[in-house]
Amino acid sequence: MAGGAPPESVVVVGAGQGGYQTAASLREHGYRGGITLISAEDALPYERPPLTKAYLKGEADEAMLWLRPATYYVRQSIDLVSGTVTEIDPAARSVRLSDGSTYDYGHLVLATGATPRTLDVPGAELRGVHTLRTAQDAAALQSSLAGARRVVVVGAGFIGLEFAAVAREAGVRVTVVETLDRPLARAVSAYTAAHFTRLHRRHGTELLFGQSVKSLQGDSRSHVKAVELADGSRLPADLVLIGVGVTPRTELAAAAGLPVHGGIAVDSRLRTADPHISAIGDCAAFPQVRSGSRLRLECVQNAVGHGRSVAERLAGTSRAYDELPWFWSDQFSTTVQIAGFDEGHDSEVVLGTDPDAFSVLLFRGDDLQAVESVNRPGDHAAARRLLTQGTAPTPEEASAPGFGLK
Amino acid sequence: MPKITYVNVDGDQTSVDVPAGTSVMRGAVFNDIDGIVAQCGGNMQCATCHVYVDESTLDKLDPPQEQEDEMLGFTACPRRPNSRLSCQLKSSDALDGLIVHTPERQN
Repeated sequence: MAGGAPPESVVVVGAGQGGYQTAASLREHGYRGGITLISAEDALPYERPPLTKAYLKGEADEAMLWLRPATYYVRQSIDLVSGTVTEIDPAARSVRLSDGSTYDYGHLVLATGATPRTLDVPGAELRGVHTLRTAQDAAALQSSLAGARRVVVVGAGFIGLEFAAVAREAGVRVTVVETLDRPLARAVSAYTAAHFTRLHRRHGTELLFGQSVKSLQGDSRSHVKAVELADGSRLPADLVLIGVGVTPRTELAAAAGLPVHGGIAVDSRLRTADPHISAIGDCAAFPQVRSGSRLRLECVQNAVGHGRSVAERLAGTSRAYDELPWFWSDQFSTTVQIAGFDEGHDSEVVLGTDPDAFSVLLFRGDDLQAVESVNRPGDHAAARRLLTQGTAPTPEEASAPGFGLK
Repeated sequence: MPKITYVNVDGDQTSVDVPAGTSVMRGAVFNDIDGIVAQCGGNMQCATCHVYVDESTLDKLDPPQEQEDEMLGFTACPRRPNSRLSCQLKSSDALDGLIVHTPERQN
């Protein structure tokens, strides 16, 4: 399809970064039809990365997170609706909200995001047990942290570790419990993971690997007071953050009969099986152009890139989505930046001899798949360029003495 | 309060008060000024808040730090000697009167 006529109206379900970007890019590309952006939250679209960082530290209020002020949506004729979509009617091309209202669409974009996984253990519902996804979650966590003395973080992924760092900086005792044998196991190489283990231990955080949670125990006021591990040990806690990943929100799509394969299944142009429905961002499983395998990514770059891509298609131009994924995380004074996506590497080349500032190049055969840079922003910038331009080095070239990415 | 002037590619100018400590990027976003995308929210990860600082006000600024300098290699429009990432320009009395030109596109 080379674009075709733009739809008369676009309804976007989900006003996270991807949903917002779809609406904004549609107008940038001159789309004049109706745009309805439906948010499950009663707030202007906002950024999520600061929720574990500046916002949690009290360095940014909610307005600081807004992607745009309210006047923007008025000026751009973007109808911002607060409500929960309960049903898609693909035949009638409409969505229904929990308050009974319906919105007809020419095209529907599902940007429903993901929801944090919870623990299926006794005590998971106790007060003082948090997950972190929304500004409301972050506000609750911030207020809980203010009165906390002992924090247990379940899961050593990015959310868990970023929160652990903030809690340590607030002077609270922090223990991180992880079922696998290292942090960030699904996200970074063993080499980079080892850096983060050292970093957090150096700051006084206790990291327990190969441990799972058996139950959460509460006091007489139903507030968490301890975490019981599978080995029977017991960690006192007055605040618990569960950071064990997310589940893509695919229920609406599935109920509408759309295929779901680990996420709402879309093609390289982010179209679902229904030509009038697209899916983007955290909830969408899309084919990676380089390998053809289906990917679902949870990062700002992906949400924004998808939103832009769908908007371009709906406004009349069409090309396969082929943006290089990239990601970053700040913990203490360390920044890790990842360019590309590691679909399973068979060799690594480390650049830099400083244990706190290095880059790891991940190869599959001769192909550079991803570069992890810790406190080496120049390497990250260069890696993004090399991976985008397809001029990446081979393992032999990268291993040569004096090799640099820049 | 420090005043920052944003000039778009058509030459339209908007002058707004940007509280000290707030970035020139945020000043644009808060005041609904187009031309600055700021995809990463001011974390020096994306170069989509690129601006050209007006030559007449360039001396109000210190030169970019290493990471900003590196990311300026990623701008959608050509980097020039007066290119900066507006997320790294923190408003202050010293910046009062700063004029920045937003580029044709950011990504």
